[in-house]
Amino acid sequence: MTAGSSCNSSFGRARSPALTALTTLNPAGGSPPLIELSGVGKRYPRGTVALQNVSLSVGASEFISLVGPSGCGKSTVLRLIAGLDLSSEGQLQSPALLAAGPAAATAFVFQDPTLMPWASVFDNVWLPLRLAGSSHAAAAPAVRRVLNAVGLGDFATAFPAELSGGMRMRASIARALITQPRVLLMDEPFAALDEFTRQRLNGDLLQWWLAAGLAVLFVTHSVQEAVFLSQRVLVMSARPGRITAELHIAEPQPRTPAFRTTACYLEACREVSLALEAAHTDPAFAP
Amino acid sequence: MSLPRAVPVARLSWLARSRALWVLCGWLLAWEALVRLADIPHYTLPAPSLVLQTLFANFGSLAISWGFTLKITFGALALAIGGGVLIAAVFALSPRVESVFLPLAVVLQVTPIVAIAPLLLIYVESTTAALLLCAWIVAFFPILSNTVMGLRAADPLLRDLFRLYRATPWQRLRLLLMPSALPYFMAGVQVSGGLSLIGAVTAEMVAGAAGRESGLASRILEASFRTETPKMFAALLLLVLTGLAIYSASNALSQVLLARWHASEARHFPA
Repeated sequence: MTAGSSCNSSFGRARSPALTALTTLNPAGGSPPLIELSGVGKRYPRGTVALQNVSLSVGASEFISLVGPSGCGKSTVLRLIAGLDLSSEGQLQSPALLAAGPAAATAFVFQDPTLMPWASVFDNVWLPLRLAGSSHAAAAPAVRRVLNAVGLGDFATAFPAELSGGMRMRASIARALITQPRVLLMDEPFAALDEFTRQRLNGDLLQWWLAAGLAVLFVTHSVQEAVFLSQRVLVMSARPGRITAELHIAEPQPRTPAFRTTACYLEACREVSLALEAAHTDPAFAP
Repeated sequence: MSLPRAVPVARLSWLARSRALWVLCGWLLAWEALVRLADIPHYTLPAPSLVLQTLFANFGSLAISWGFTLKITFGALALAIGGGVLIAAVFALSPRVESVFLPLAVVLQVTPIVAIAPLLLIYVESTTAALLLCAWIVAFFPILSNTVMGLRAADPLLRDLFRLYRATPWQRLRLLLMPSALPYFMAGVQVSGGLSLIGAVTAEMVAGAAGRESGLASRILEASFRTETPKMFAALLLLVLTGLAIYSASNALSQVLLARWHASEARHFPA
C-alpha cells in the first residue's frame, strides 16, 4: 500500500474500499482533526454525481493539496466544507472548529480575487470584520497589520483595478487572514497568474501559513504547485469525483525555491503525475 | 477580473468636444450667411442672430414657460429615479411580484406616449399632474430595467463571500447589491434624463394647455399658429440647451461616482 522512496515521501494508492483506512493514517499526530469528511458524496438533482465516497481529515496546521483534472469535484469539496453547498451523503464533522466559533473558523480564497471593485484595498480587507460589526477605527490596526504581512502596506488606499493580478490575490488572501481562521480553503488561487508571480506567491504563502498557524486545504490542477506546497497531496479523479491516491512529502517547511531543483521534488511530481494517469486508466477506478 | 459593463454611452473627449463646438459655430455661421445671401424671409427660416434677438426680447414670458417645462422634466426624472429604484428593489427581492408587474411596465413602455397622453388627460383632473405622469411613464422604465439588471449582476463569488461571513440582508443590499447596481443605474439615469424632457414636451403638445400653467411646448404651438417662426426657434433653443445640460450633468455625475473603479468611466486602466 505505502511505498517509501529515497527522499522520505510516502505514497499510497487507494482502492476505493481501503481509502478510509488509508486516510485515517493522519500525520497531524495526536491532536483531533479540525475537519473530518467520511464517505461524503454530492449528487445533483439531475443525477450527476459530483463526489463519491470522499473521506479526508484536516489536522491542525496541516498543508494539504487536492489535485485532479477539471471537473473532478475538488472545488466542491471546499464548498462543502465552507458550507456553501450541502452534501447528499456521508458525514462532515468539525468539532474542533465549532468550538472556535463558526464565523472565524474557516476562510475562503477563490480562484478570482473576488474583490469589490468599488472599494479600496483597505475596505476590501476590512469587509469580514465589518460584517461582524467592527467599525473602521476598531478594525484599522488589524487591517494594517495583515496588509503589511502580505506586502500591501503601501496600497491600502489603492483600488483593485489599480493593482496587478498578483497584488489583487495578495489582497484577497489578506482578507481571508483578517479573521484569524483555523482553516484556510483555497480554490486554485494562483491559476490565473503567470509562472513567476505564482512561484513567488507559493513561497510567501508558506511563510504566512506558518506564521498564522492555520491549516490550509489547497485545490490546484498543477502537480508542481501541489508538491512544492504540501505535506500531503490528495489525488482526485473525475466522474464521479473521488480520492484515488495520497502522497506524503516529508521535506521540511517552509520550503524554498531550491526545493524545486531537488531529486525528491522531481520524484514526488512524477509519482503524483503517475497517480493522476492511473486514475484515468485503471479499471479499478471505473465508476 | 470581470467588471460589470453598463450600456455604453458615446462620450466625447475634451479635445473632441471643443472641436465639436467649433464645428457647431461653423454651421451657425453658414446658416446665417445662407439666410442673408439668399434673402430668406424670417417666417420661413430666421437667421440665428434673429433667433437670439427674439429670445432676449421675449425672455420674460419664455422664462416662465421654461420654468414650467423644467418643473415637469425634473419632477418626472426625480419620480422616475425614486420609483424606478424602489420598484427595482421590490422586484429583486420578490420574483413573484416581478412576474405580476413587469408585463404591465413593459406594456406602458412600448405604448407610444403620444397615444396615451389624451387618456391620461381625461383621467387625471389636474393638467400638471397628467403631464407629470406622462413624462414619468416614459422616463422610469430605463431606470427600472437597468437597476433590476444591476441588482442581479453582483458577482456570484462575492455573494458567496457575503454568505460565508454571514452578512445580514441589509449589509448585503448596502455593501454588495447597491454598489454593483450603481453603473447600471447611472446608465439608466443618462437615458431617462433625455426621455423625461421628451416626455414633458410631448405630453404638453398633446394637452395643448394655455395660460400660466404651460411650458415651452405650448409657446411653440402658439407661435406656430401665428407663424412667429423666430419665436418657435427661440423656444426650441431653450429645449436644446436643457437637453444638453441634462446630458452633461448626468455624464459628470456618473464620472464622479464611477471614475476610480468602473471600466465604463476609467480613462487609464492597467492592461
